[in-house]
Amino acid sequence: MKADLSVNIAGVTLKNPVMPASGTFGSGLEYARMMDLSRLGAIVTKGVSNIPWEGNDVPRVTEVPGGMLNAIGLQNPGVDVFIERDLAFLKQVDTRVIVNVCGKSEQDYLDVVERLADEERVDLLEINVSCPNVKEGAIAFGQNPESLFHITQEIRKKAKQPVIMKLTPNVTGIAETARAAEAGGADAISLINTITGMKIDVERQRFVLANRTGGLSGPAIHPVAVRMVYETAQAVRIPIIGMGGIASAEDALEMMLAGASAVAVGAMNFNDPLIMLRIIDGMAAYCERHGIGRISDLTGAVHT
Amino acid sequence: MSTRDGAAGRPAAKKTVRVSTVKELADGICELVLTYPERERPENAVPGQFVMIYPGDGSHILGRPISVCGYNPVEGALRLVFRVVGKGTGELAALKPGEEADVLGLLGNGYPMEELRTRKSEGAQIALVGGGIGIPPMLELARQLPGCRAVLGYRTDDLFLMDEFQEYAVTQAATEDGSFGTKGTVLDVLRQGAAPDILCACGPLPMLRALKEYAAENGVTAFLSLEERMACGVGVCLGCVCRTTYKDAHSQVNRARVCTEGPVFRAEDVEL
Repeated sequence: MKADLSVNIAGVTLKNPVMPASGTFGSGLEYARMMDLSRLGAIVTKGVSNIPWEGNDVPRVTEVPGGMLNAIGLQNPGVDVFIERDLAFLKQVDTRVIVNVCGKSEQDYLDVVERLADEERVDLLEINVSCPNVKEGAIAFGQNPESLFHITQEIRKKAKQPVIMKLTPNVTGIAETARAAEAGGADAISLINTITGMKIDVERQRFVLANRTGGLSGPAIHPVAVRMVYETAQAVRIPIIGMGGIASAEDALEMMLAGASAVAVGAMNFNDPLIMLRIIDGMAAYCERHGIGRISDLTGAVHT
Repeated sequence: MSTRDGAAGRPAAKKTVRVSTVKELADGICELVLTYPERERPENAVPGQFVMIYPGDGSHILGRPISVCGYNPVEGALRLVFRVVGKGTGELAALKPGEEADVLGLLGNGYPMEELRTRKSEGAQIALVGGGIGIPPMLELARQLPGCRAVLGYRTDDLFLMDEFQEYAVTQAATEDGSFGTKGTVLDVLRQGAAPDILCACGPLPMLRALKEYAAENGVTAFLSLEERMACGVGVCLGCVCRTTYKDAHSQVNRARVCTEGPVFRAEDVEL
């Protein structure tokens, strides 16, 4: 018997639990000719701001053992071009659309949320209050529980789609920030964003990244992400989208057992553009092997 | 414009290629010849295009962008020549004939061949300029556009590929230490004679900056192949941008993707 792979995030049904992590898949345009995008549970877009953002200077990326550091700085064309071009393209794709929203001030976020409010193609909003690579805003909102509570509340008032707050791992207690987002009215939580890191070129005695610090992603961070998803699942009742170094169906299943309702694949899309399709197939095979009828039954099912 | 792949109609996903040759051409300069599976051969390579080639050890997740030094569509044989600089390229250099490797591509936009062929047939003098590990991609250009002038810059007389350039182009060399050819840089060679009408170049950033200035001063049309650290190679991550004088297609913030809009740009379009 084929397992039911569908999952529900804040009232929105996804055909399976697998989606790209924001920033690793654009809006899907570049990967459309390599794969059937409609096989994905959802497409999560690159961060969208109210006006175009230039991003950081180069070098913006570098490799480290088991992963990479990035400091792109959320280069994007802004919400107007996003709607005209990216969202128009996504109208032809039979999958859910989650738009990642970024900003430097509370008003920046609200501008984008309001602009997207009547766009029917947008199923969910993911609010990036956790990017470590922009100087103002972003992570600052996500590191302080009070400001996270406040901005979640303000966004919730304006948003017409369910709101996912994307949390940073760069905090002392993830349970506390997760509870603040839930109390502010978040419909779901996604985590983890990247872990702030640094690399120095010892021959040249210089920082490798122009931004000096960058966000660590890739298989190296997976155990940290699993632990934080587990802790978050213990702290809140809203659904969790788990991410951080997922490289295989096993990694994705681990995330679900820890408490995630869905999963996102990030840096490993750069290693293999088709990896999400292999992960979906692997998860289906696991369910058949273990006689699991509904994959959603795995959420938080780790034995304690 | 998205990524190009000569094998029209096929998904441009990663392909497993077989290693047929591994050779050290000079100190730290490695040659790899890789054969595409028969049904997945790109029809052609545009000089200046590149592939992402993936180390297989699992702890290196990103592909290495390496320019095409040569491509034989009949055999599906892709030739890469690169400098061994780190663990990733070291691992590629340690591949053995018969082993497999994963590649993505051909990727990116190469030199504008139609424009170059037209201008050449109208009598334009074209100089192909390669510096260091920027030399290999110019060889495929020399092969597809025979009868140009090639100017190659090396560190020392530990030369590589020079004899092959001589089959297609009138070739001159410069070495930093003066042990072969002109002592100095490719610019010193270019300044010895009349400026070409068109210049195609690949090499280190200081060389490209100097060539951009030289081209502007002498009214030369210049096409420069840029290099930048990449993660995805297909225009998604926005890791490898360069500053452009025009609004880029993706974000409209004058930051074009080297992997997608490039790697070859018109000199006047980029700020280096």
